Amino acid sequence: MAILLSIWFVCSYVLGIFLVEPLNEARVGGFPLGFWFAHQGSIYVFVVLILVYAAVMDRLDRRYGVG
Amino acid sequence: MNVQAWTYLIVTATFALYVGIAWWSRVRTTSGFYVAGRGVPAVANGMATGADWMSAASFISMAGLISFMGYTGTIYLMGWTGGYVLLALLLAPYLRKYGKFTTSEFVGDRYYSDAARLVAAGCTIFVSFTYIAGQMRGVGVVFSRFLEVEVHWGVIIGVVIVFFYAVLGGMRGITYTQVAQYCVLIVAFLIPAAAISWKITGNPIPQLGFGGTVQEGQQAGVFLLEALDALHRELRLPEYTAAFVPGKKSMIDVTAITLALMVGTAGLPHVLVRFYTVRSARAARWSALWALVFIGLLYTTAPAVAAFARVNLISTLHNTSYSEVPEWFRSWETTGLISFDDQDGDGVIDMTDGVGELTVDQDIMVLANPEIAELPAWVVALVAAGGLAAALSTAAGLLLVIASAISHDIGKSILWKDMSSRRELLLARGTASVAVIVAAYFGISPPGFVAQVVAFAFGLAASSFFPVLVLGIFTRSTTKEGAIAGMSSGILFTGAYIVYFRLIRPEATAEDWLFGISPEGIGAVGMLINFSLALIVSRFTKPPPEEVQQLVSEIRLPRERAADG
Repeated sequence: MAILLSIWFVCSYVLGIFLVEPLNEARVGGFPLGFWFAHQGSIYVFVVLILVYAAVMDRLDRRYGVG
Repeated sequence: MNVQAWTYLIVTATFALYVGIAWWSRVRTTSGFYVAGRGVPAVANGMATGADWMSAASFISMAGLISFMGYTGTIYLMGWTGGYVLLALLLAPYLRKYGKFTTSEFVGDRYYSDAARLVAAGCTIFVSFTYIAGQMRGVGVVFSRFLEVEVHWGVIIGVVIVFFYAVLGGMRGITYTQVAQYCVLIVAFLIPAAAISWKITGNPIPQLGFGGTVQEGQQAGVFLLEALDALHRELRLPEYTAAFVPGKKSMIDVTAITLALMVGTAGLPHVLVRFYTVRSARAARWSALWALVFIGLLYTTAPAVAAFARVNLISTLHNTSYSEVPEWFRSWETTGLISFDDQDGDGVIDMTDGVGELTVDQDIMVLANPEIAELPAWVVALVAAGGLAAALSTAAGLLLVIASAISHDIGKSILWKDMSSRRELLLARGTASVAVIVAAYFGISPPGFVAQVVAFAFGLAASSFFPVLVLGIFTRSTTKEGAIAGMSSGILFTGAYIVYFRLIRPEATAEDWLFGISPEGIGAVGMLINFSLALIVSRFTKPPPEEVQQLVSEIRLPRERAADG
């Protein structure tokens, strides 16, 4: 869970806010990269994070014989 | 059929649907009323959470706000979605596992204190009422704009509908109407977005069109966002995609506001209570995922809509003669949402920064979008129904939280401990009815401060609930003194900072702010104060009783609680 929370922090704060200016120099398709993280990428990452968490917890639940 | 006839038809049809669902899912027990009998499937709960969460502001105003803010709009995009990660990982499954009906109840039990519970219930009621007034206002505005009835009649119609399904159906009624409302609002948001994306970039998926190239006009072949930056340079505005340049918020402020909104989202009582309605902790995790998927659908589309609308607005209106403006300009001019003030008397609209000939309200970006994109009348009507769905669903969720805070947290457990559940249900329905009427009053004549306060509800929730809940779940040693000290200092600090800079010294600039953090973001600091004070005070006070420590360990074990209130 600490890993997931660090990814959460890195994607939203580091990539989307702290590093937005250098990242904006890079372009992916029509997007400046930092801007893309702030407006789109971070939201997709959030969804994936919860998905991974829910799946991992399901595995844990099964290992301990519940759910 | 014209726009108004279509609007009447679609709005009436959706209202009939909501009432029908409410009748089908009416409840007779307190468990049904407070938490829908805990039988809601994860996907349905995800949709209901989406509708519950996305208010009139998300649906109507957010895209427009981003459109004016450019990069800085990320505070809403990340702030209002990132909180779900915290919710899913740190709060929802554990609160669901603990069971019971309300979040205040958890606070009261974990901190072995009725005082803590009362403080929590008080914060719930305060936060929810400030929020609900804005929703009722939203209902009134949509009615008056699309159906040409007075704002107060609009509010009254909305209140009657909410009254019917919230009071009769309780949480069960609200849940299933919210599922329907989510479908209405997302369709109403996506259809015009796809159409406008297709029109400008030739790609019907807004998220992709956003990074695509412009199809027609002088800018043909240029990437949309580059074209937009160029237009902004021409108008001497900061570039759309640029961050932290003069005229935009500073890095620390963006960080603080985003954090306050994220943490506030995770601490909002009407969102938390949704996770009490599912079958298990496992279902709570999956429904947090579904909720974010359904919310993300709108939240990834909104910035695209914002950029399209911005390009459209500038390229159709800048340097256009007033006598040649398109039809939609005239029809929205009468509502006062867009206005032209010819400073230099040449009859041509000049949008250059500082000239101020054109005033545009942010709400127009979503509401007028279908007309700007020349879509048929029924799409315009659908947008009206979508706005109503967004406002009504949030209002209903908030009402229920207020009713349960009063009847369950204050009535049942503090005033009349031996109340039968039949009487409690009656009391819950009664308080819901009274709360509806108070909300309607706020909607018709909003006190001046309400609009100011709504935006700060997040800061207040962030600085009061979130730290206490997290510490309550993840530490055994946090004491009741620590929790009460943390909650009250956090909310007092945040509240005082907001009042000082909004009401007493509204003219203050960024130099006067603490670390350059605006009142919108100060909740983040309030949260840190709350955390540290709670930890420090806990070290110096008597540790919590053994059974409470036992309870904390138990919540975190992957096993379901057998007894379920």
